[in-house]
Amino acid sequence: MQRLREGNKGKRNGLLYGLVFSMMAALTLGGCSGSSKETGTAAEAGISAKEAVQILNVSYDPTRELYQEYDKAFSAYWKKKTGQTVNIKQSHGGSGKQARAVIDGLEADVVTLALAYDIDAIQSKGLIKENWQKILPSNSSPYTSTIVFLVRKGNPKGIKDWDDLIKPGVSIITPNPKTSGGARWNYLAAWGYALKKQGGDENKAKEFVTKIIKNVPVLDSGARGATTTFVERGIGDVLITWENDALLAVNKLGKGNFEIVNPSLSILAEPPVAVVDKVVDKRGTREISEEYLKYLYSEEGQEIAAKNYYRPESKTVAAKYGKQFPKINMFTIDELFGGWNQAQKAHFSDGGVFDQIYKP
Amino acid sequence: MENPIPSIRVQPKSGTIIRWLLIGIAFLFLFLFLLLPLFTVFYEALKEGAQAYLASLTEPDALAAIRLTLLTAAIAVPLNLIFGIAASWAIAKFEFRGKHLLLTLIDLPFAVSPVISGLIFVLLFGTEGLFAPLLAKYDVQIIFAVPGIILATVFVTFPFVARELIPLMQSQGTEEEEAARSLGASGWQIFFRVTLPNMKWGLLYGVILCNARAMGEFGAVSVVSGHIRGLTNTMPLHVEILYNEYNFAAAFAVASLLALLAIVTLIAKSIVEWKTVHQEYTRR
Amino acid sequence: MKTIWKQFSVLPSFSLTLGFTIFYLSLFVLLPLSAVFLKTATMDWGALWVTVTDPRVLASYKLSFGASCVAALINMVFGLLIAWVLVRYSFPGKRIIDGLVDLPFALPTAVAGIALTAIYSENGIIGHYLQLFGIKVAFTPFGIIVALTFIGLPFVVRTVQPILEDLDAHVEEAAASLGATGWQTFRRVILPELYPALLTGFALAFARALGEYGSVVFISGNMPMYTEITPLLIMSKLEQFDYAGATALAAVMLLASFVLLLFINLIQWRTGRRYAAKG
Repeated sequence: MQRLREGNKGKRNGLLYGLVFSMMAALTLGGCSGSSKETGTAAEAGISAKEAVQILNVSYDPTRELYQEYDKAFSAYWKKKTGQTVNIKQSHGGSGKQARAVIDGLEADVVTLALAYDIDAIQSKGLIKENWQKILPSNSSPYTSTIVFLVRKGNPKGIKDWDDLIKPGVSIITPNPKTSGGARWNYLAAWGYALKKQGGDENKAKEFVTKIIKNVPVLDSGARGATTTFVERGIGDVLITWENDALLAVNKLGKGNFEIVNPSLSILAEPPVAVVDKVVDKRGTREISEEYLKYLYSEEGQEIAAKNYYRPESKTVAAKYGKQFPKINMFTIDELFGGWNQAQKAHFSDGGVFDQIYKP
Repeated sequence: MENPIPSIRVQPKSGTIIRWLLIGIAFLFLFLFLLLPLFTVFYEALKEGAQAYLASLTEPDALAAIRLTLLTAAIAVPLNLIFGIAASWAIAKFEFRGKHLLLTLIDLPFAVSPVISGLIFVLLFGTEGLFAPLLAKYDVQIIFAVPGIILATVFVTFPFVARELIPLMQSQGTEEEEAARSLGASGWQIFFRVTLPNMKWGLLYGVILCNARAMGEFGAVSVVSGHIRGLTNTMPLHVEILYNEYNFAAAFAVASLLALLAIVTLIAKSIVEWKTVHQEYTRR
Repeated sequence: MKTIWKQFSVLPSFSLTLGFTIFYLSLFVLLPLSAVFLKTATMDWGALWVTVTDPRVLASYKLSFGASCVAALINMVFGLLIAWVLVRYSFPGKRIIDGLVDLPFALPTAVAGIALTAIYSENGIIGHYLQLFGIKVAFTPFGIIVALTFIGLPFVVRTVQPILEDLDAHVEEAAASLGATGWQTFRRVILPELYPALLTGFALAFARALGEYGSVVFISGNMPMYTEITPLLIMSKLEQFDYAGATALAAVMLLASFVLLLFINLIQWRTGRRYAAKG
């Protein structure tokens, strides 16, 4: 039997090699023909000027409600202005994940992300013009937000400011800064507060932030997950979060069960927007995409932003919603950290300060 | 034969206790780990009433997600079915070198992290991927579009049919096929008249499991989908989106649809199994 | 054996089916997987070593492998028990239970994760009671084990069940007639027969648990050095646009899975040979 097997094996091996080679050839062919079949669906998204146009806005998690409303308003406005029907598609997810998808080929006409660093990452691959943040007013951020605290009704732990967060026994919920853009704002807000208070002593700031992080029992991968953990699972005494998400939670999620606490000092969070030049030039959607972002600065756009708890850029709309947005002293990321690139490198990259805090 | 039977009946008392104890433990374990999660899904889904439940399932984005999920399964399952039959024929009916390596490679997608299963297609078809120049030339979009979702699904459900068929065909041996051959039947005739009838229930079982997994896959699809509402969201992704919108009841409603699907699948599977047993008896 | 081997060549389509198998396997599995190693190869050895042996990464291996191992062990014990109950006893609802075992195959992992978190968190149905005893499940390594046990349950049951069905009841009866107690019969007669299947089931559940992501991220709490699994680290590397680093970790996990699976197939091959030798 052994010999029989050997004999057959030789023959079969030859066969195998032949197969492997033909397979390699077929592979490349198959790969092409298989995929070109799908061109039809992709091309359908292509645009001709008179017909209905479709654009894709790739955004981050907490803007769902905002853009749901804004897309409707913009469609109506565009129809009235040009007679063209526009169909706006939305994609939401963690800011970093979304930026990566755009880099990897998700054909977004516009990106509306949580932080400039993520749009810079797209820019560094040549998809967006270098001066993108100067194109629209206010650093291309049509709305802003800040970082506040959400506490349970009656504020049982008496949280008033950042200093209360480092007390032992206070349980804090914040997402993981490595995977969540919102969490990076949280972290930098705490750092900035400590830095200002300690007169610029980086070591003391690190100590302060370390103490805060030691009080965190759960690091969700995204801001929305953190809110769910706090609100639905009932874990933690205080949630550090976007002001807009905190307002949403207070007004919609668990009415009457939560309160917002504004710290004495926080960070000015500027979620920027940009047209993805390479995509709009390819798809011929530049005009509408630019208008889509510009209209965010219009009275109507600002009103929608304010209604969805984002601080509007326009003074008049801001005055109208003044009650909703109390005055909080804010610093910017450029002021204290020298911009996103530096902040990212120092704090959140592998081996950065955040990792050091978790070093055993 | 006479002797052992009474000897077993000698100890019925302790046997009964142990028996019910074991059944009890099995029930408790399954209750904690399987029934309770299932129950939670339906409870949360129906929390806001049947109307809200139906509304969240008939909303356009949910319908688009259901359609896409069905389309994906409709393409991925037949592909893996054909592969499963071919692979099991080659592996179960013939001896050759490297068989174990081949079997291991077929099993591999079982054990690959869903994150990696999605990532590999990004590495191949992304803007900086291996095939990027080719794709750019013909202006083809694979990832963040339906083809990418289908590819990832094919990858994840790859072993199911083959894994179900190989042991079955191995245990059935080759005598019947050889007999048919010696009577002058052609390859197709052998396959359709002899092999297929013998393996049909195993095949169906494999297809059912493959289908369930194809519809339920989350991790891999999530990486390649792009999450475009109404375009590239499958049902599991739609669940996540609704969940992240704090729309918990709707999220669980869509999830319950997937769970229902799983239950229907399992019922179908039970019927298949019952038929298999039945068939075995009649064959004997 | 000899006669069977000769007659094998009688059957047609070996080259066609094997060719197609290899082609399809290469197209959908090997080619995509090779991308991981190609991307990893863009790193030099030093950087690669630093990436895959970072303390946080090491902690995540420990957790991923540890939790997967514990979950697979739990599944081995309870999977055997469930298979035993399903095969040997008849009781009302048996068919339903039998069908239910496959549920984790079919239920989307994210749904499972959300449901399990809801049950086992401090205000959940079970977590609430465990809390009274000071036991925390959700957002601790226990939670990860719970999720992984859920994911891996069908593997052990489904590999052990057919072997148990085939087991000759006469052998047990003979053992019993020789005065062996039930436990002795089980340990000396039945268990040795089940070892290969149990090991296979264990290894499959283990391999599947290693890579699990969807259900774990909800229940784990994702604390670095504590409840951060390796697939999550791959994700967080991707968030930082560090593709090479992500694929380096992916390659480590892929190799681990591959070795595990090869190990299973070798066990099966060996038992197959043993039976053949017996026959």
